[in-house]
Amino acid sequence: MLKVRVMPTLLFKDFGLVKGVRFDSWRPIGSVMQAIKVYNMREVDELVFLDISATSEGRPPDFETVDEIADECFIPLTVGGGVRRIDDVGRLLQVGADKVAINTAAIQAPDLIRLVADTYGSQCAIASIDAKKLPNGQYEVFTHSGTQATGKDPVTVAREVEVLGAGEILLTSIDRDGTMTGYDVKLIRDVSDAVSIPVIASGGAGNYEHMASAIIQGKASAVAAASIFHFTQQTPLEAKRFLRERGINVRL
Amino acid sequence: MKKVAIVDYGMGNLGSVTRAVEECGGSPVITNKAHELEVANYIVLPGVGAFAIGMRNIRERGLDELLTAQVIGKGIPFLGICLGMQLLATKGWEGEETDGLGWIEGEVKRLQPDGHNVRIPHVGWNEVIFTRASPLFSGIPSGTDYYFVHSYHLLCPNERDVIARTPYCGGVVSAVGRDNILGVQFHPEKSQRLGFQVIRNFLAL
Repeated sequence: MLKVRVMPTLLFKDFGLVKGVRFDSWRPIGSVMQAIKVYNMREVDELVFLDISATSEGRPPDFETVDEIADECFIPLTVGGGVRRIDDVGRLLQVGADKVAINTAAIQAPDLIRLVADTYGSQCAIASIDAKKLPNGQYEVFTHSGTQATGKDPVTVAREVEVLGAGEILLTSIDRDGTMTGYDVKLIRDVSDAVSIPVIASGGAGNYEHMASAIIQGKASAVAAASIFHFTQQTPLEAKRFLRERGINVRL
Repeated sequence: MKKVAIVDYGMGNLGSVTRAVEECGGSPVITNKAHELEVANYIVLPGVGAFAIGMRNIRERGLDELLTAQVIGKGIPFLGICLGMQLLATKGWEGEETDGLGWIEGEVKRLQPDGHNVRIPHVGWNEVIFTRASPLFSGIPSGTDYYFVHSYHLLCPNERDVIARTPYCGGVVSAVGRDNILGVQFHPEKSQRLGFQVIRNFLAL
């Protein structure tokens, strides 16, 4: 049976790893290579590496850094940040990314997702959707690391990217990001129910129970998390032991 | 020295396969040149992406004839990974109807969900259950989890070509094997210790 994945997320900015709260207040948390080596040794299910300043700075992905990471990384690796052209995707795959996350371009130039899916297959095209809850209870999708409103709701965007050929959705709640107060389970459930591709829940994990909720109530196929692994003693392995006790299929 | 040709046909994750082969004691060379393929002791066809584009790239580079000469003609051990396994089929339907290499009888079709909340692509870790003994899985317990990421799968009419299946969408062929021709739907290069064991086993053939 297919296992639910627990995926550490690494956010890269200005030569190092960072973690923020609600896509802001970034603080440095150490070197990339060190983190990659540790997660590789611990045999985590999958890693997400996002270069969060690439798009805002108008530059392409840092292919050299990804190349160095991939050399040390024998685990499935998703890379995102600054992916705007099909050539960016080709180069990222060539240097060792297994999947590519497309966020801003998924909204601004959705044909990119179709092109990636047609050229390299749906399985490597991950649509990354960042959503914020509005005062009226509705959700809105933001791009450029959460700084630009799109006027679109995440369920509509999710359906659109699925039709375009995205193979997975990395769904991040901007409000919950870095707060460790739990995933936005309603957001995850709304999107999971709207599409038939896997949804990766992201933003807000503070304990293992939060992960169980995202999987059981939210129907997420995978849970991504950062702060919980960087700032607490909790680990991906312990998370999976907990999830197994809750009757969830994981790889141990 | 085990010279391992990693076939370069413009389809994806050559870097990780190359590094994994190095870790497993092989001397990899990424190539699509006849003079390098002809001296290889082992040939690996990796690849992610669409069947139609993959086959087009192989034909444009003249690799179909070159590979057939080495693998079918000379019996050089061959391992196809993911798309590289699917291309062994008679025919594929991803993109458009396309003839494959035709070394393993079968067709590559889109996965069809067989239940509630079964999502396509098939992404993540899933069990590989051996249906037949194969040196490729020597020392590995049946039921080991390997990493998959694919939307299409190989349907084999001849059960004797199948060496492993995986419980998803009614049963995915996760490995094929006939003589020196081997293929895995999962990614041994991304499946950590027991993934490397598959590569080591291949390099011991």
